[in-house]
Order: sequence, then C-alpha cells, then structure tokens
Amino acid sequence: MSLENFIFLLYILVLASYCGFELIAKVPPTLHTPLMSGSNAISGITIVGAILCVREGEISKYLGMVALILATINVVGGYAVTDRMLQMFKKKK
Amino acid sequence: MNILIQITYLVATILFIVGIKKLNRTQEARQGNILSAVAMLLAVLATLVESQLLTPIETFSCMLLGGAIGLVWARRVEMTQMPEMVAIFNGFGGAASLFVAFSDYWTRAVEQPSLSTDLITIISILLSVIIGGITFTGSLTAYGKLSGKVSGNAIVFSGQHMLNLVLLLAAVACGVLVAIETGSVTAMIVMGVISLVLGILVVIPIGGADMPVVISLLNSYSGMAACTTGFVLNNSVLIVTGALVGASGIILTQIMCKAMNRSLISVLLGGFGATSGGAAAGGSASDMVIKEVGVEEAAMIFDSASSVIVVPGYGMAVAQAQHVVREMMDLLEKKGINVRFAIHPVAGRMPGHMNVLLAESNVPYDKLIEMEEINDDFSNTDVVLVVGANDVVNPAARTNPASPIYGMPILNADKARTVIVSKRSMAAGYAGIENELFGYPNCLMLFGDAKSTLTKMVGELKEM
Repeated sequence: MSLENFIFLLYILVLASYCGFELIAKVPPTLHTPLMSGSNAISGITIVGAILCVREGEISKYLGMVALILATINVVGGYAVTDRMLQMFKKKK
Repeated sequence: MNILIQITYLVATILFIVGIKKLNRTQEARQGNILSAVAMLLAVLATLVESQLLTPIETFSCMLLGGAIGLVWARRVEMTQMPEMVAIFNGFGGAASLFVAFSDYWTRAVEQPSLSTDLITIISILLSVIIGGITFTGSLTAYGKLSGKVSGNAIVFSGQHMLNLVLLLAAVACGVLVAIETGSVTAMIVMGVISLVLGILVVIPIGGADMPVVISLLNSYSGMAACTTGFVLNNSVLIVTGALVGASGIILTQIMCKAMNRSLISVLLGGFGATSGGAAAGGSASDMVIKEVGVEEAAMIFDSASSVIVVPGYGMAVAQAQHVVREMMDLLEKKGINVRFAIHPVAGRMPGHMNVLLAESNVPYDKLIEMEEINDDFSNTDVVLVVGANDVVNPAARTNPASPIYGMPILNADKARTVIVSKRSMAAGYAGIENELFGYPNCLMLFGDAKSTLTKMVGELKEM
C-alpha cells in the first residue's frame, strides 16, 4: 500500500468515526440492546474480507473458510435477532 | 466491471449510515436494521463478483452453514439470554478478523513470498490479529460469565496486571520481529496465542454487574478489528462500518461508566466488590431492622395505591418474572392505578437489558421511563415495587461517603410512601454491600422467588 493510499484511508477512518459518534450519541436507552446487537451484526462486515481470502492457496484458504463461517453466523444471526427484538417494541394501543 | 463493484460498495456504505441513524428512533429502528442488512447483502454480492468466485463450492457452503447456524440460533434464543448471545456473536466477529488477517499473512509469508509486503500492510495485519484475538477470547469469557458456565464473580490474583503488561510487551516484541522479517512465522503464531490469552485475562477480573461496560467495550473492539482488516485489504467499506461500530461501542461504554460513577480504567482493572465491599459494609449491617410483608398484605397495599412505579433489576431476568410483572401492571391499570417502570441505565447485564425483557412481555415502551426523568416523581408515588434490583436503589450512594458505590446515580425509590422489595433473601447485591433501604421505616420486604410471589399476589389482586 502506498503512503498516499494509506493517508486516504486514514481520512475515511477519521470521518467515519466522527460520523459514528454523531449518529449514535443520542440513542435512547430503550434501544441500547438492539443498537448493540445491530452494530454487532454490522461488525460482521469482515465477511467481505473472508470471501476474498477463500480464493486460493491451501492453509490461507482454510483460514479464510473458518473466518467466512464465523462472520456469516455473526451477520445473519445478528440481524435476525435484532429484528426479532425490534419487532417487540410497541407503543400502547 | 470494477467501477460497478466500487459503486455498489458506495451505496452499501450510505445504506449502513442511514440504517444506523434510524436505530436512534424507536419507530424507525426496525426499518434501520433492515436497511443495514440490505447494505450487508450488497457488500457481500459485490465482493463475490470481485473475488471472481474461484472457489464457489467452498464459498457458498461456508456461507450456507454459517447462515443456517446464525438463523437457528437467533430464532431459538430466549430474550433473557440476549447478553450472552451478543457476547458470543461479538466473539465470532473478532475471530473472523483474526482469521482473515492470519490468512492474508499466510499468503504473504509462506504461500507467495514473492508478493511484496510493505510496512503499513504488515502493521495492519498485526493489529488485526491482536485486536481480533482479544475480542474473540474476551467475548467468549464474557459469554461464559453471563451464561453461568464460568463464575460470574471477579477473579483476581496478585500480579495480575503485571502479567498482562508482560504479555502485552511480549506480543509487541513478536510484532516487531514480524514487521522486520515478514517470514517470521513462529513470532506471528506466538503473538496470536498471546493475544488469545490476553483476551481471557483482561475479562476474568471483571465482575457480573460491570458486564454492561465490558460488552459495550468488546463491541467497540470488534468494530476496530473490522477496521484494521479494512487496512489490510485496502477496503473502505470495512473501514467505514468498522468505525461506525467502534464509535457506537465507545459511546455505550461511556454511558454505562457514567451510570455507575466509575471510570473505565477502574472497571478494567476489575475486582470491584471483592476488595472494597467487605470493610465498608461491616458497620451498619447488624443494627438494621427489617420489616417483612406477606403476599396478601402486599396485594392490599397495591390495591389502595393510586400510583405505582416498578424498579426492575437483573433478579427479574433470573426469575423470569417479566411476564407476571406485566400481568400485574394490567390488573392495576384496570383498577385505575397509574403504573410506570423506572429503568436504571445499568439494570441487568447489558445496556437496555430491562427494556428488551419488558418489551418481550408486551409492556409498551412509553411506560419505561429513564432515571433522570422519573427520579423526581418518586416522592409523590404511593408504592414502589423493586423486583430483583439492589445497588441501583441503595440510598448509601447518596448519603454514605464511605460506601463503595457513593456517588453513583441511583433511583430515589426510598422517597416513595411505601417501598416493597421482592427479593429471594437478604443476600447483598453485586457490590457486596448492605442496602440501607431495606432498614428504612417505609420499606417492606417480600421474600421469595419473584415469579412465584408475584404470581400469588396477582391472584390476590384478582379477587379484590
């Protein structure tokens, strides 16, 4: 990776972190658990990296496959359980 | 083709941001979660195209297997088990980052040593392995504690922090070796193992009620791990989403620490309650006179009240009493009694734990009131029912500077006309300190398992 490219990615990191703080700062306590399990599912984005690792090689491919299984559990399970939870939050009829 | 993939990544990133923004509002939260799931799907599809699907069988079988496990797990889990579920999924995310980084490293170091590996990439790989490893075993330890498979108490031994420091330095040393010579496979593996051991060691000294902080922090770590993986693979979607998750975890961590009046450092050093509790409790414990109340009498007190506030705690989750509490609320409301719930930010074992449990038992969310909002109302409330909460209603936090929880914001349950505490026994709360509230003249103890005593009380109320 070239230095310019690295600096560019750092810009993205800084802006995205700031964005994250602004977006989540005022989340109501009622939603803390769904926020946590939802953002947990998002952190399964490593699935993208895992797919790219399951391409070639021997050991590196097997490591990638383990990563892919774990990341998919994280993503699918995380979203499904968050949806199940959010479904329950109802206002008084 | 390449530009199409890039645009798909961009759209996915926007959807992630909008999705997480919508998680801020109860009415839109579900939609937000779905948006973010769509974003994930887009990112996965784009990556599948980018990878040219050289190994379709391996790729799809892994995804099908993982997806099936995740789906079944998510459908089956009880709402009371949410904290451990989040903990273990978090661990999987961390492990995935660890394995991706290791896989990338293996390609560079062993399989294709001709591939040029620059310093920035190798440092990113090293960070991914360390953060991913700590997140993995740290989350598994948290899972073990939360599900009762490992003792939930703080496990402390002398020299603990020293050991952690030495291990961290050793890991850094290994990292430096790998950075100098990419082919130092042994150093890399040793570093990976150390980070796994560190994950366990940093979580074991942290006790049960500090779990909300730990889960939030580990959540943040899993985001940071994804972020560093993004630097390894030069992929901005990973960096953006990882940063969003990292930020959300840090914010939740801050909120939890503030609600306990503790600094992050003191939580991480651990051992709360094991050391400071015993000495401070000694003094006032013996001269406390408590008053017991029977189910019948308690029902009568509720029946003659006009306003009731319920303070739920972890004990309610343990006793699975949330459904009977809701039944009681319905009955009292039918009698024209105003019932609300006061939710302390750290009640339960993860942020928002009580809200989810009560939502599951169909309590409308506008009945759940935050601490700051409801604290002034206790003084003109007839009856407060404390179910399985302890330290969050201990007035010592306001009055006794010697108490280990002094300064922690609490629910002013003691100010109500009558306080009924549903509790299994006189055992102290997590902090290991006597609760002054139980000796107050307006406090009545309703001993027994919360679920069975409250069920009996609901029966009595029905007959009134």
